[in-house]
Amino acid sequence: MAQNASTLFEKIWDSHEVLRNGADGPSLLYVDRHMVHEVTSPQAFEGLRANSRKVRRPGLTVATMDHNVPTTPGERRLPMADQTSDLQVRTLEENCREFGIRLFGMGSPDQGIVHVIGPQLGITLPGATIVCGDSHTSTHGAFGALAFGIGTSDVEHVLASQTVWMQKPKSLEIMIRGRMSGPRAVTAKDVILYVIRKIGTDGGAGHVAEYRGEAVSDMSMEQRMTICNMSIEAGARAGLVAPDEKTFEYLRGRTYTPENYEEMVNVWEKTLRTDSKASFAKRYEIDAGRIAPQVSWGTNPGMTCDVTEAVPDPAEYGDGDKSREDSARKALQYMGLEPGTPMTEIPLDRVFIGSCTNARLEDLIEASRAVRGRKIARGVSAMVVPGSQAVKRSAEEMGLDVIFKDAGFEWRESGCSMCLGMNPDILMPGERCASTSNRNFEGRQGAGGRTHLASPVMAAAAAVNGHFVDVREMDMQDGAV
Amino acid sequence: MEPFRTVRSVATPLDKINVDTDQIVPKQFLKLVQRSGFGKYLFYDWRYESVEGGSGGASVVPRPDFVLNHPRYKGSAILVTGENFGCGSSREHAVWALADYGFRAVIAPSFADIFYNNCFKNGVLPVTLERGEVRDMLKFGGDIEVDLKAGEVRMYSPGSTAGPSHVARFEMEPHRRTVLLEGLDEIAQTLKYEKKISEFERKSGLAESAIPSLPPDKPLRA
Repeated sequence: MAQNASTLFEKIWDSHEVLRNGADGPSLLYVDRHMVHEVTSPQAFEGLRANSRKVRRPGLTVATMDHNVPTTPGERRLPMADQTSDLQVRTLEENCREFGIRLFGMGSPDQGIVHVIGPQLGITLPGATIVCGDSHTSTHGAFGALAFGIGTSDVEHVLASQTVWMQKPKSLEIMIRGRMSGPRAVTAKDVILYVIRKIGTDGGAGHVAEYRGEAVSDMSMEQRMTICNMSIEAGARAGLVAPDEKTFEYLRGRTYTPENYEEMVNVWEKTLRTDSKASFAKRYEIDAGRIAPQVSWGTNPGMTCDVTEAVPDPAEYGDGDKSREDSARKALQYMGLEPGTPMTEIPLDRVFIGSCTNARLEDLIEASRAVRGRKIARGVSAMVVPGSQAVKRSAEEMGLDVIFKDAGFEWRESGCSMCLGMNPDILMPGERCASTSNRNFEGRQGAGGRTHLASPVMAAAAAVNGHFVDVREMDMQDGAV
Repeated sequence: MEPFRTVRSVATPLDKINVDTDQIVPKQFLKLVQRSGFGKYLFYDWRYESVEGGSGGASVVPRPDFVLNHPRYKGSAILVTGENFGCGSSREHAVWALADYGFRAVIAPSFADIFYNNCFKNGVLPVTLERGEVRDMLKFGGDIEVDLKAGEVRMYSPGSTAGPSHVARFEMEPHRRTVLLEGLDEIAQTLKYEKKISEFERKSGLAESAIPSLPPDKPLRA
């Protein structure tokens, strides 16, 4: 028995392997769910047309538009002001019509960031293989699905064959022991930033990470999505959490939850977990109790420290590694920061609460706690961009929009927005932003823009203070107006 | 796809680690609906000054200190760089930009997984070598030759007409090697397995926990 023990990842992989090309070669994996958006799909559909190919299983594919769409209320109509975005959006509409693919378009009540709407509509399911031409597809792993990002050529390949070639990754265990200190002040975002800081931006390369331990079991589905979302930032091919009752409950009664769902749950309960004797190729262990609120200071998500710390010295950060030291030096230059500056003393210009990492309802509820009854600091402009139209509606029913607007935040329509600034929401050169998104790469939020990654409650607290604060020491209030 | 042929040229050294795909091709250039023409946007924000809103317009000038702008590396077909090259976004536009610019091979101690995979779809060879060897190549001024068939990277000292001064060996998974060497259309290859895919669908569809198609009776609400 012991030699047949498998990890959760291996079980899902094995049950989706159509064939393998030689003993050590890549496998042809069957894809259960394919999600498509406007930016990485036009060339794929064009390829199908050029070769007179059709979509093999249109019923397993869904599309939405999220990257380019304006989030300014009243601007969500065609033609869009940006002609190239307009063309991409129209191209997706035409492609979906031609190939018979379900589209949640700009005007749909179900529109939203692809990784927010998948789970919300019950399209994401445990044990499924899920792909999308987007690296943050790893988000769906929170449901015990094997979910990973692919390039456009593979989008075309999946459309044509419902399969994808992949070299089997190894299993990685990320054990997060204990409980988080500072309830609701230290969040899933802090956990994953801390993990990336510890294991590095390539610590998970070639692996599928399974997050385990009490801290993970304690997390809500929204929080699990946040940690799985940023698995790619640690270089992992995908991130996973074994499904439990929270997972099954989350998906009950959603628009696309299958009719025989309870029978499926009965099977999943028995099968979708890592066997006790299974072995991981690599393991990391993190003590949740040691994690403080995190803020990034550099130009990749691993360049992160506790909010109570100061901007590091590149030589110390490099720790004898010249390339690492150089990259820290260049990062500080880009970020306009001096070593030794306390993180809480860096003045901010902008605050962005949004993205597939942190724009679900719970994220907005947590952020609102730091904002209620307060005003954003002078000189700061801040916006909330809900992850989907459904999130936006729920938040408005709770009165969260009023809390944010009263404080001086802009309350927007749903989309990827300033996480990557493909739509008009961008930073100006030199502007410094607290962002709940996933990447602080150079120019990510706008050429010359400076991004500090943080949790929703940390970003919200930064908006009202004009700089980061340790939210463990802040008075916060629950409830809507 | 064009078959990969042995390539020899001066190697462009990009001595940075963790180069993300946002740097390889910034987001403002992802709005094209075709695969061609991305070369001019390669490393855009590093290559040019005054960038935002620019699309190759007159207000944009090359940064003389960036390696791609150095006349010495004009026409180079080989990029040598640091660990974890191509991390971040899955955008295949990054590989399209490298290929369109003229790079046929990228040499690094490690690559991010999605980027690595995307290379093979576009006839670009990613070569993984030991860190020390890559460091030597970053400092090397001569020609480098990448030979996939032999699994070799050969370094030729400048001015020398003798054989290579150093030969580094690399491994390549056989399926991927074949795809590159023969320039195969991967989809056409896969569709030869159509029967196996159908058989898989039939068998796996019998399981109680089979993932079903989205119910056709629940169309869009909009």
